[in-house]
Order: sequence, then C-alpha cells, then structure tokens
Amino acid sequence: MEFHGWGRYPRIEADASFPLSPNQCASVVRNADNLITRGLGRSYGDSSLAPRLLDTRYLDHFLDFDEITGVLTCAAGISLDAILRLFVPRGWSLPVTPGTRFVTLGGAIASDVHGKNHHIEGSFGDHVISIELLLGNGERVIVSQTEKPELFNATCGGMGLTGVILSANFRLKPIRSSSIIETTIKASDLDAILAAFEENAGVTYSVAWIDCLARGRQLGRSLLMLGEHSEEGPLSVKATRSLSVPFDMPTGLLNRSAVQAFNMLYYGKTLHYRQSRLVHYESFFYPLDILANWNRLYGKPGFVQYQFVLPISAGSDGLRDVLERIAASGRGSFLAVLKAFGKGNANPLSFPHGGFTLALDFKAEPAVFQLMDELDKIVIGYGGRLYLAKDARMSEATFKAGYPAWQEFEEVRCRYHAIGKFSSIQSRRLGLQ
Amino acid sequence: MKKILIIGATSMIAEATARLWAQRGCRLYLIARNEERLNSIAADLKVRGAESIHFASFDLNDFERHEAAIDEAIEALDGIDIVLIAHGTLSDQKSCEQDYNLTLQELNTNAISVISLLTPLANRFESQRHGSIAVISSVAGDRGRQSNYIYGTAKGAVTIFLQGLRQRLYESGVHVLTIKPGFVDTPMTKGFKKGLLWVSSETVAKSVIKGVDRKQDVIYVPWFWKAIMTIIKGIPEAIFKRISL
Repeated sequence: MEFHGWGRYPRIEADASFPLSPNQCASVVRNADNLITRGLGRSYGDSSLAPRLLDTRYLDHFLDFDEITGVLTCAAGISLDAILRLFVPRGWSLPVTPGTRFVTLGGAIASDVHGKNHHIEGSFGDHVISIELLLGNGERVIVSQTEKPELFNATCGGMGLTGVILSANFRLKPIRSSSIIETTIKASDLDAILAAFEENAGVTYSVAWIDCLARGRQLGRSLLMLGEHSEEGPLSVKATRSLSVPFDMPTGLLNRSAVQAFNMLYYGKTLHYRQSRLVHYESFFYPLDILANWNRLYGKPGFVQYQFVLPISAGSDGLRDVLERIAASGRGSFLAVLKAFGKGNANPLSFPHGGFTLALDFKAEPAVFQLMDELDKIVIGYGGRLYLAKDARMSEATFKAGYPAWQEFEEVRCRYHAIGKFSSIQSRRLGLQ
Repeated sequence: MKKILIIGATSMIAEATARLWAQRGCRLYLIARNEERLNSIAADLKVRGAESIHFASFDLNDFERHEAAIDEAIEALDGIDIVLIAHGTLSDQKSCEQDYNLTLQELNTNAISVISLLTPLANRFESQRHGSIAVISSVAGDRGRQSNYIYGTAKGAVTIFLQGLRQRLYESGVHVLTIKPGFVDTPMTKGFKKGLLWVSSETVAKSVIKGVDRKQDVIYVPWFWKAIMTIIKGIPEAIFKRISL
C-alpha cells in the first residue's frame, strides 16, 4: 500500500500491520525489523514512514478514568478528537493540544506536541504520568519519571524510535465551559508582535499569524490571537461534519499573488487594534480541522512544513533574518504561525525550548528545498533547531547540530533493544541507527 | 437503561455499536473469542458510560455452550432487552471450492451458529413478549455470485431464518432486525482496495442503533445498497450466469 505523511511528500510503498491487541503488537515487533509505529499519519514528512509499519488504528480504547483526579488512561491509537468528544461535555479538556485534534495519543507523545499554551503549561509529554512501552525484544515495560526515567524521557518526543507506545495515562484539565474568550491584537511589524507576546505572557493561550510576504517597514506584521477558557457557557461538542477538499487542487493555485491577496484581506479584516469575542474551542484550537484534507490545497506534489525555534538569545535579529530571506524569495506561505515558547524539558529529542518558533508551509518543489537549506543555516547559526514532526528533508548535520542530546538518545535506544528494530525513513536520513 | 447482549462483540461493527449504547448508559454483556481484546473493549465501554459491563470469552463454534452462555448473560444483565449478533468470518471462496470441510466450517460459523444462538434466544424473547433481536447479515446473502457464494449462502440462510422468525415473533411484540451492510472497512476486509462504496463501522453502527430504536425490519447500510441489490436481484438468471460478479 502507498503511504505518506500529512504533507503528502514523500510517498512510499509499505507493508502495514493492523494489530488488534498488545499481544499482536508484540508478535509484529518480534517478526519485523526496521519498523515504525504509525497513528493517524498527521506528522508532515517521513517520521511515520518505513517499509514496515505498525498501524495503531484498532488500539483506540479508553482504559480507565479517575473522575476525582482527572487522570485518563488510553490505548495509544485513540485520537485526541475522541477524547474531546467524550470528555468536554463532562467538563474536562486536554492539558495541551496541537493545531489538529486528529492525532493519536501515541503520536502526541512520540512527537511531544505543543500547543498555544506552551509558554505556561509546557508540552504534551509534561502531562504524561506513565507510558506502557513495547520494547524491541517484545518485552512490555511501564516507564515514568520514576521508573526508567531515561527511557520515559527518550520516548516523549522520541518519534517512535524507542519502542511501540501501547498506552499511557495523563491528566485532563478541568474546564467550566467549552467556550474560549478570544482576543485579537494587531501588530504592525516584528518588534510590535514580539513586544505583544511579552506583554501577554500571562495569558494561557497565545499564537500569532504572521504575514511572511510583508517586507520593509511592514516586515513581521501579525495578528496575535489570545485565549482564556470562559467560566460561563455550555459544555458542548460541535457536530462532526467538516468540509472536504474533494480532489487535488491545481498546483498553481497557491501562487504568490493569491497568498498576498489572502494575507492583505486577513490582516485588514481586523479593524481595531484589539478586539475580543467568545468562540467555541474547536474554532479557537482547530481552525483548519473544519476543512478535512486541506493538505490537498497544495496539489499533487504535496507540501513541506518548515518549523524552527530560535533561542531567546537570537533576539529579533534571528527572526528578521529568516523573514527577510523568505520575503525575498517570494515563496510565502498561507499559514505562517509564530509562537513564544516557555522553557524546554529534559527529553533529548523534544522540540520546544525557550524562544520563538515559526511554522511555514511550502509547496514541495526544487526551489523551495534550496530555500530551506539556506534557512537551515540561519537557524543553526542562531542556535535553533527544526521540529522533527514537520520535517521531510533536513540533513543529518542540521539535525545533530540542533539536537546535541542525540547521542544520549542513541545510548538509551541501544540499552533498550530499539536499534535495528525501530527506524523510519526520517531516522535513517538523520543518521540514527 | 437497556440490557443488551452483544455476541461477536470484538467485531468492529459490534464494537462501534456498543460504544453508542455505552454512551447512553446501557448495561452490556459481551461474548467473543479474543479475551485480550474483550478486556480492552470492556474497559473502554465502562469509561464511555456503560452502567455495567460483563463478558465471557469462548469460541462461538462451540455450539454446546450456547444455551448455558445465554442463560449466564441474561442472569448477569438481570433480564434482556436487545441482542445483537455480529460475529462472522469472510470466507475464502477459492479455498472453499477445493475443500468441503472448509465450506462446512464457514457455514457453521456464519449461519448455523447464529441459528443455534437464536433458538433459545427467540424462545426467551417470545415468552417475555418484548425486546429486539438484531443480526448482522449481508448484501452478499441477497443473490449468489461466483466470487463469494459460500459466504453468500451462509448470509442468505441467516436472512431467510430471520424473515421467518420476524413473522413468528410479531404476535408477541418482539422486533427482529436484519442488517445488511455492503462494504465495510474492518480488519475482516483489510485485503481489499477501498473505493467510494466503502463505509466505516461507525456508519454501520449508527444505522444499527437507528434500526433498533425505530423497530425497522430490514436495513441496507448504507441505504443505496437497497437500490443496487434490487437491480442485481432483478437480472434474469439466463443473463446473470454470464456476468462475472
């Protein structure tokens, strides 16, 4: 069967197993080498691609819930959507959520995903209490901050390379309402948006949409979106219906003029410097989920997402360098998202660390790959790194420079029988064993 | 709060249906072979809101155990309002053509075991004079086709058995629902290339719930299979035998 990530680049032929239970997972692992676990396939590039795949779609069970503490135990294949659907009406939400709810719990842990509250509440792995992990030798172990902590840390953010995550438990967050009070602030340039992030550092959720085609004095013009859980209002889940993109769009559709026009309208539609409204959590956290298969907008060749983080020490200079380089190339992205991260954690391969992160989409084409290689140099030069869950093309050198703890990661994998057993096309490209 | 027995509870359609019943706070009893998976499903249904969950694991081809297992289930549920029978295997037509024993096994699993289960169940429902019997049959049972007539024979037998049972139990106010899914994307059909006609087990589950709630007799899932099968059934045999279907 053909498989690809969310970016639809690259595509590969792979042989997939669909185990129905942990024991069946163990027999898949015993009988295959160089395999990788795959959830809903929402990592963008080649993290969930390998010639042999273990698909967790049928491991989608809730296993336990403690109504007093909010601790939820689930099998790894359950989606965040299923969790929200069941628990929002009961007054609970996710402690951390990425920009789509169509990822699995296992994927959220393996990519140590972050959300709009990273600056206050950290990444997903920071809320996980323990994980049941299937090792390369078929053994099942429980790992946590106190049991095999080095394996626990390597598994959170470890891209499925330490073993198969079978189940995990984590704390849900109590909510009074499914509504979010959303405030939008207009920032006319890069300094203004960075200052706005700092002024609003105490707000739980924040993210900025940035016009990456704006140049000169307007470079970095943005809309900062802030959110807090509302104390009032219903606890509701919206209907399941979403629109879908029925076929691949013509490749020329998202050209420079289209993006420029969109950006102008989008920025311009917010008339006031600051405005607030009450919105449903789905539109606040998952604006793109309304359009199923939005990845088809980029047409047949697919697209690549480029997300990096620059440390605080890079100041605004680092972001300015990157934005100027992109604006000069004219290969702007519809969705450019800027976010301030809080402190990072101890996981060797977790992406977030203190500073600013910027995420961009580019159509997969040769000139773009060249541009990204140049951006890599700027990012690494400032001491930054790229997000593995988005990556489809970074070099081994870029990876190793950005993730200096990679050797520690390899040592843990070696100790726990992962080497030779678990690998993805990405891990091989990055020089992991 | 309904008391529901689900036989073949690890089938994807049964599981998806059980989730919807669990969310309504129903009391559930599950029977299936794979105990490890039953454990996960039971835990899952509990978290989703089922009032209580019990289960028993054994091979449904062990007909001797049917009656006792049903008694145990009804006792644990403290009565019974609904039974859903959903177990089955997708027979390998080519192998069955070569080996009668394989054919017999497929007929046992997909037809005779259902009839064996429904014999004590029907009597129980008849004497209590209420409730719903829902059984997963298949569009394959509507007309024999060379590509899967062994499976079709079994499902056809189930469909006809249910037609008779429906008439018999009508007097006692017991509802009998025949569910005929088309192509459903489950582990049973993983070897097939999926196209537009395929649906998820969640879609089938919603129809099953609706069929039970509204006391429908026969449902095709999705609905368009009724039109497709009407056309297929309408083709004269003299022409039908020449078609490769």
